[in-house]
Amino acid sequence: MKMIRTAGPALTGRDPFTAKRIRIKLLTRSALVIRMTILMLALLTLLGFLTFNYQGVNFFKGVAATLSNFKVIFIQPAFAHVTFQGAIGELLITLSLGILTTLLGAVIALFLSLFAAKNLSNRMTSNIVKELVAIIRAVPTVLWVLIFAVSAGLGSVAAVIGMSFHSISYLTKAYSESFEEMDRGTIEALEGCGASWWQIVWQAVIPSSLTSMISWTFIRFEVNFGVAVAMGAAAGAGGIGYDMFMDSSYYYNLHEMGAIAYFILIVAMILEYGSVKIKDKIRA
Amino acid sequence: MKHDLLYRKKAQSLVILLILVVIAYLAMIITQFNIFQSLVSIPKAIVWSVTNFYPNASALTKIPDIWSRLQETLLISIAAASVASVFAFVFALFGSRVTEVNRILALISRFVANVFRNIDVSIWALVLLFSFGQSSLTGYFALFVASFGFLTRAFMETIDEVGADSVEALRATGASYASIVFQAVLPMSVPQLISWVLFMIETNIRSATLVGILTGSGIGFIFDLYYKGMDYHSASLVVLSIVLSILITEWISNYVRRAML
Amino acid sequence: MATLLEFRDVSKRYGNDTLALSHVSFSVNEGELVSIIGPSGAGKSTLLRCINRLIEATSGEVIFDKTNVQQLSKGKLRALRTKIGMIFQSYNLVDRLSVFENVLHGRLGYKPAFVGALGLYHESEKKQALEILKSLGLEDQVYKRCDQLSGGQKQRVGIARALVQEPRMLLADEPIASLDPSSSKTIMDHLRHISTSLGITVLVNLHQLDIALNYADRIIGVSQGKVVFDGLPSELTDETIRTIYGADSEELNLNIPESKEVARKI
Repeated sequence: MKMIRTAGPALTGRDPFTAKRIRIKLLTRSALVIRMTILMLALLTLLGFLTFNYQGVNFFKGVAATLSNFKVIFIQPAFAHVTFQGAIGELLITLSLGILTTLLGAVIALFLSLFAAKNLSNRMTSNIVKELVAIIRAVPTVLWVLIFAVSAGLGSVAAVIGMSFHSISYLTKAYSESFEEMDRGTIEALEGCGASWWQIVWQAVIPSSLTSMISWTFIRFEVNFGVAVAMGAAAGAGGIGYDMFMDSSYYYNLHEMGAIAYFILIVAMILEYGSVKIKDKIRA
Repeated sequence: MKHDLLYRKKAQSLVILLILVVIAYLAMIITQFNIFQSLVSIPKAIVWSVTNFYPNASALTKIPDIWSRLQETLLISIAAASVASVFAFVFALFGSRVTEVNRILALISRFVANVFRNIDVSIWALVLLFSFGQSSLTGYFALFVASFGFLTRAFMETIDEVGADSVEALRATGASYASIVFQAVLPMSVPQLISWVLFMIETNIRSATLVGILTGSGIGFIFDLYYKGMDYHSASLVVLSIVLSILITEWISNYVRRAML
Repeated sequence: MATLLEFRDVSKRYGNDTLALSHVSFSVNEGELVSIIGPSGAGKSTLLRCINRLIEATSGEVIFDKTNVQQLSKGKLRALRTKIGMIFQSYNLVDRLSVFENVLHGRLGYKPAFVGALGLYHESEKKQALEILKSLGLEDQVYKRCDQLSGGQKQRVGIARALVQEPRMLLADEPIASLDPSSSKTIMDHLRHISTSLGITVLVNLHQLDIALNYADRIIGVSQGKVVFDGLPSELTDETIRTIYGADSEELNLNIPESKEVARKI
């Protein structure tokens, strides 16, 4: 027995006790995958830098210009085309877009997630809903908004509906995962008591996952605020993002961009603080 | 007593529901959102998509153009996430409770990451447009900055979660800071870190479309071109190519994640 | 016998009013196996970490091998730490690395930053690590990843990592708290052997009284950050046990007579 054990690995050079040069680890599959992934990413990055469409822009001059622009933006912010109150009004519009999108997404996701949760639905329905949701997420939000804008026109309708797709997809995934955490036995026990499916859902499943659902919804609201800013800029959805876009593309006013950036930053940080607090509370 | 509690709980949820309805109503007024119009728009959009939004024969001739733009976007997304991950790792080391060198440096790196993360990628794109114009670099730097902010935070949490015990053990052996980082922190966290980078690449491809529309580069630019020219057949092909890229990236990342364990 | 370690009036304060250690003084001789006992939260872990300055003491002096530990510069502290091995309750291994790599981590303290970061080890260091692994019965696990080991095996890797440092002292922080009785016995036997045969001083935190009585040359009882007992296992009375463990002593009371019986036989 002992002979076989030492002779076997020695032939492959793996027995550290007899090897001439001692290796301190063997190459495992996971180590190999990690190395290959890093190598691939490095090569693709290099390829990117070699093939970028530079349009004659000097890299270092650009970086220097960016730094001086940052200085203007962060150190000398000032309003020009919008007033302070005006900016707050625009900020409210952006926040409202975020709220509507989140609420709409939450309501629809609540129903979809009941079909997506493996323990509440059957395997086929669950898989179909989950695949559908993944495909929805693969289309960038801005495209959803623009696609809707063709028939509904640019404005809050196209923005809210277009932005809701990702919220629905995200929250369906989050809700269904928190439903799936619920013990199968509890559901079976309730079924045994003669409770109907809807009763089980409303009386047991949703109440027990309510806290994590609230937490996910708030996190999504935080994301949606950022999305609403972006849609204002890129898809004419209105709000503070649109002002930013105008300053950047038409007025060329860095000072006002700075003022608006501070506004957005403050709101985003407050929202993040809120979601961290909610997460902590729920974990405790 | 018990009945009373149940009643109070019900009343409480009713109040919360009412507050949400009021907030939603106010939001609708502020944004001039019309429920009726939106309900009508959904079937209208579906009908429109089915009749107009699909690739036809003339759209297929644009495949080479779309492919070259898509390639550019994919490379930008990967390069931005990869380069950002190196910077993010350094900042995360300084910012993490487990590996922080000193308090002031930790606070600074956390603050920088916070600022970079909380300003949306679209805003970075608009700012960078000033200095880099309509080149790939605008998109690259916008995604880089956003990736850097997000990854620093994610890496910091990963190191906090994974490192404390083995870092303590290596400190006790008298190992230097560099040894601790490369012999304990990195080996413990590398699968998680790579997983975050892959996630970031996915996110970047999505954001690249938006950034491209704003800055006139990559896949976003070509979508905007067809869209504004009302060539919806070609635009639909662009959407399809983006969806496929994201699904494939997701699939590869899932494979790598499983294989790394 | 020469004194290797001495605590002189050491205190550690967390925040404004939590006093984890309060005016602790004791000394440990070369080659002794000393067990620090006390209920959880008594300050045992803090005490151990003040020796290699994983935690900085607030006041007092810790003297190791005639040097004042508190006054050491960064570089000197690293050199001191190489002379003090440490093992932990949760093993604190780098789970994704091989057993071999984890053991060799014990050599990092002797290396310049660059060499250590790259994980370059001398063949002689590798041989030494293998010998130690063999003596701990781990020769078949050399290339296994640490997350594939049992708790007892992990702790033996922890011991190997400490021994490869060629330490003069071994600090063990609750080394068997997460282990089953049979693995616990193996680990304690190894610690006993390290002290008796290798002449390495061992300072071990335990909350199991019976094991401390069985294995230790000397016992230090800690309660609420204060040393309340310092003497031979045979000198420990029921009365002192009650002062050490306070309210917890009721459950312990049951096995005190038997443990002392066992201890005497050994």
